[in-house]
Order: sequence, then structure tokens, then C-alpha cells
Amino acid sequence: MWTWFHKLASPPHAYRILGNLAPWFGWASLALILVASWWGLVKAPADYQQGDGFRILYVHAPSAWMSMFAYVVMAVAAGVGLVWRIKLAHAAAAAVAPIGASFTFLALATGSIWGKPMWGTWWVWDARLTSELLLLFLYLGYMALRASFDDPQRADRASAVLALVGVINVPIIHYSVDWWTTLHQPASVTKLDKPSIQIAMLIPLFIMIAGFQLYFGWAVSRRLRGEILRRERNANWLKEAS
Amino acid sequence: MAFDGAVFEAREINAWRGDRHILRDVSFSVRPGEFLKVTGPNGVGKTTLLRVICGLLPAETGELLWRGKSIRGRRDEFNFELGHLGHLNSLKGDLTARENLKFLAGLRTTLTPELIDQTLDRTGILSRGDLPSRSLSAGQKRRLALARLLLADAALWILDEPVTNLDTAGIKLVEDLIVEHVDQGGMVIAAAHQRLLDDASCLRRLELEP
Amino acid sequence: MTAVRTPTLAAVKLVFKRDLTLAWRRWDEVTQPLIFYVVVTTMFPLATTPDLSALSKIGGGVVWVAALLASLLALEALFRADVEDGTTEQWVLSGQPLGYLLLAKVAAHWVLTGLPLVIMSPIVGTGLGLPTSAWGVLMLSLLLGTGTLSILGGIGAALTVGVRRGSVLLSLLVLPLAMPLLIFGARAVAMQMDGDSPAGPLQLLAAIFFLALSLGPLAMSAAIRISVEN
Repeated sequence: MWTWFHKLASPPHAYRILGNLAPWFGWASLALILVASWWGLVKAPADYQQGDGFRILYVHAPSAWMSMFAYVVMAVAAGVGLVWRIKLAHAAAAAVAPIGASFTFLALATGSIWGKPMWGTWWVWDARLTSELLLLFLYLGYMALRASFDDPQRADRASAVLALVGVINVPIIHYSVDWWTTLHQPASVTKLDKPSIQIAMLIPLFIMIAGFQLYFGWAVSRRLRGEILRRERNANWLKEAS
Repeated sequence: MAFDGAVFEAREINAWRGDRHILRDVSFSVRPGEFLKVTGPNGVGKTTLLRVICGLLPAETGELLWRGKSIRGRRDEFNFELGHLGHLNSLKGDLTARENLKFLAGLRTTLTPELIDQTLDRTGILSRGDLPSRSLSAGQKRRLALARLLLADAALWILDEPVTNLDTAGIKLVEDLIVEHVDQGGMVIAAAHQRLLDDASCLRRLELEP
Repeated sequence: MTAVRTPTLAAVKLVFKRDLTLAWRRWDEVTQPLIFYVVVTTMFPLATTPDLSALSKIGGGVVWVAALLASLLALEALFRADVEDGTTEQWVLSGQPLGYLLLAKVAAHWVLTGLPLVIMSPIVGTGLGLPTSAWGVLMLSLLLGTGTLSILGGIGAALTVGVRRGSVLLSLLVLPLAMPLLIFGARAVAMQMDGDSPAGPLQLLAAIFFLALSLGPLAMSAAIRISVEN
């Protein structure tokens, strides 16, 4: 088992394996996203309270979920890289960051689009949107820190410490933002929450999440391959291959 | 003062700086009473090697052994027996010479005013003891850094270009201190360009090649 | 070896004393964050209204924001001098637990920056219409909050040592992490003014402070080693 792990941590092997996996991820994710979109837009019933506008939930909720998932993946990869000094893990964290940030941005944008017809404003200080905004700041800070170092080793390790500090903070931020939004409206539900759940609504949601996960796999595979190329540009295995 | 039986050993040390493979399979050992002088052209990795020994730079592969056991996981213990003099003097300009010693060397060993005075005298800057260290000359600052090293009472000295900024008397001081140290069973590893005890019996050389 | 090894507690006290001594010799630098604090809190009435009762509605929040910004301003240079002159390297090599030495430094910094902000807070709070009854909660919340912020800022400062334009980057890194402090602290003051008990948010602030106190030294020492290893 350890030999498999060691092999995976070696850049040339990872490069090859990811190259093989990526197309599978890509096509599967495209298929699932299309299915989920059709289901959500067409087949699922309109909500009796929110009408058709709520359908954007099918993109908003999975994006929010993915943004959190990506941050945890990034932090775990960074932690592995820091503790066991595995360069590929650092490369993975670097690859995941912009993808996670994009999901966060998508969640914010779809949340905003959802809110406009409902409450007439482009922004609402709702618990989820506010948490997503703070998460975006955490991603941007991580990427800014990485970019500020010329020395790639220092960039990797410093940003790893930041990611770990961030991941511990995320639950604290969530809780504090939740607490903050309930203060003025003790009885209210999160404004952008799902309408009363029916099974018919859950299915497209899960399919979309699965589709996004596969998209994540595809996007990270491609970015990570790019990172490997960049980091290993002077290595022998690359020169021999090309 | 006797530094008992401690042997320092490096086995197959490999280190990179960015993309460059600077240290390749470097191996050596230093026994009590020995002065190992690391030589080689500029940029060959002398400072890198010293920093790897101190743990200020990671070695990708290889092992460092102190008293026969690997240092890995026992850094703090090893560090206590290690005295380091780098390129920088680690002095605060706003503190006096005495205060600099009290607040830095004092982190390792308990100091008394007599001990501080004794050491300042040994390094020839006793008269400057109460001046803020920013008003010392470059050579005097180096001597103050040497005083700090002496107070560390460490078995293994790691010196990186120790005679920088020192005049002839200063160079003689460093040589005397090294000889005194190894005579008591201590060990010194130094990277130096200049002649430093080149004819001494305790001297061994490690020539690094690019 | 005949020398006596310095006990860790004594080493920690030495670092604390050293930083206070150094600051004392440049005390004009110590007052700058405090002046910034007062200036920023003055900006709010000028930007909105002189009406104290209107100001008091956001007064707690404004004092908190100003305190966070002033603290951050002072934190950027926390480790810079020591890393540049090689002192930090010697600390790493001292054989003492690095995290505790760094915590001592952060503690000295807090005494010089955070504590004065806490003490001045009733004064700037009065300028924003905060009643005397809120002073206790204001000061207690800021005490815990600036303490936590010093530790978070210490981690950020350790990560960004030597980075050009480091102060902006430091704020970008630390402020999002400090948002929970702001939420709980400002809210505690508002609750006190509304007649509700601020115990809940104060306890949360204390919990976060103790979390920072226990994990902070670990993160700071990892960050400093990264800055020094090159």
C-alpha cells in the first residue's frame, strides 16, 4: 500500500495517472451537470412559495458546498505537504485554490441573482452569502500569500500554514456569522434557504453535486498537471519524455 | 570544562537550493579536539552545509548524528550543545553590549554579571560594555558576537566566516579561541576563505567541490 | 559543561523584558497606533452625524473596527527587525521552545499596543455616544479581542516577514480571520446597551482567545522557521 502511495507522490507517475483520469472526469461531469440542469430547470416542480426563481438553487447550493469542500481538500493537501514534506501535496493545494475560489464566486453570484427578484436587492447579508464572502477572502488571502514569494518552497510552506489556520477558523466563522444573522430575526430561516424539501427536489440537487465533484476532479487534474510541469521543468524525466 | 565524548557525524547529506542540487552526498565526522575547516570556491555550498547542520535548512536525504544518535526529533537537545556564529551578528542596536549578551546568550545559560564582564574582557571589548551596540565598530560588533558564542558554552561550534570585519588582532583572537576550545575537548566546524589556523595540528579540511 | 541551562520560564521572561526595553527606547513609535485609533474613531462622526444618540447605535462596532485596524498597523513589523539582524535565527537555535519565546514577544507587543487601546476605549467610546454602563463590557471584550488579534497577527506577521508591501498583505490575511472577534465583541457592547446580558458573546470571545493561546505558538513557530530557513 505504501509503495502505491509513494508512487503516487512521484511527479512523473502522478502526471501520467492524472492525464489518464482527466478525460473520464470531464465527460462524466459534463453528462451529470447536463442531466441535473435539465431536471432542475424543466422536470422538477416549481416551488409554491418562490415560483421558478428558486431553480437557481440547483447551482447555488452545490457551488457553496464545493467551495467548502475545496477549502478542506486544499488544507488537507497543504497539511500533508507541510508535515511529510511531499512537494506534490503542495502542488495539489496550489492547484485547488483558484478552483475553490471560483466555486465561491459562483455561489456568491448565483446567490445574488437569486436574491434580486425575491427581495429587490443585489445583495443580502444572509448567513450563507456572508460566510461565502468571508471564505472568498480566505481564498484570496491564500493566493495572495503564495504570489508574494519568489522562493517556491517558502511560498508552499507559508501558504500551507495559512491554509491550516484558515481551516480551523472556518467553523468559527460559520458559527459567528450564523449567530450574527439570527440576532435581528430570531424566528427567521436563512433567507436563501431551500424551500420546503421534497424528494423531487433533492434528486437533481444530488446529481448536480456529483457533477460538480467530477468537474472538480477534472479541473484539479488538469491544473495539477500544469503545476507539475511548471515545478519539474528542469527534471530529467520531463526532458526525456519530450 | 570538558565536553565528553561527543562526536558529530554527517552521512550522505544532499541538499537543494531551489532547483540547484548544492550538496551531494556530503559525509564527514568531527571528534572532540578537532577543527574542521570547510573550504571551496564561492557558491559551492559552505554556508548551506553549515545551515543544514544547524537545522536552518532541510537536507533532502542523509543523516546527522550527534553522540551516535540521529538528531531527527531531538533538535532542541542538539541545539543546546551547538553554538552558531553566522554572517549576521544578531545584535540589537538599541541595547548595550552587556544587554545584548544578557538577552540573547542568557536564553541558553544562566549568566552572572561577573561572567559577562569576564567574557567581554576576553574578547577585548570590556570598555565598550555599556555603549549601545549600534555605536560599536564593525570589528567590535563581531567581537561581541564572539562573546555571545563563548557564553553559550557549547560543545560544537559552527562558524561561518568568523573573521569578517576583524583586524589582525581580531583574527588572532579567533584563532586563540578555537585552539582553547578544542583543547578542552570541544569541536569546531568553520567555513572560511582566509588562512585560519592553517598549520595547526587540530586542523582537518573538508573541500567542497561544485 | 558546567554552565547552567536557563529554564524556559526564565528565557520567556527575558524575551518579554527585552522587547519592553527596546520599545521604551523608542517610545514615540509606541504611541503611533494609539493616535491612529483616535483619528479613525473621529472619522465616523465627521462622516455621518454629530448626533450622539445616532452614533451610539454603531458606537461599539466603530470602536472595535478602529481597534482592530490600529492593532494590525502595529503588528506588521513585529518580527521584521529580529529576522533581519539574525536574532530570530539564534532563537531557533537556542534549544528553548520557539513557540513560547514568540508568544512572549507577542505578549510584550500586546502590552504596548493592545492594552493602551483597551484603556483608551471608554474615552473614544464616549465620543461615539457610548454610555458609562457599557464601558466595562467594551473594555473586557476589547481585552480578549486584542489579545486574540495579537496572536493571529503574530502568525500573519511571521508568515509575511520580508515580503514587500507586507502590511497590506497582513491585513488581507488577518482581517477575515478576525471577523468572528468583531461580531462577538461589537455585539456584546450593543447587547449591554440594550439591557441584555452580554455573557454569551463574552464567553465565546474568551473561548476563542484560549484556543488562539494554545494553537498560536505552534503556528507562529512553524511560520518563523519557514521565514528563517533559506
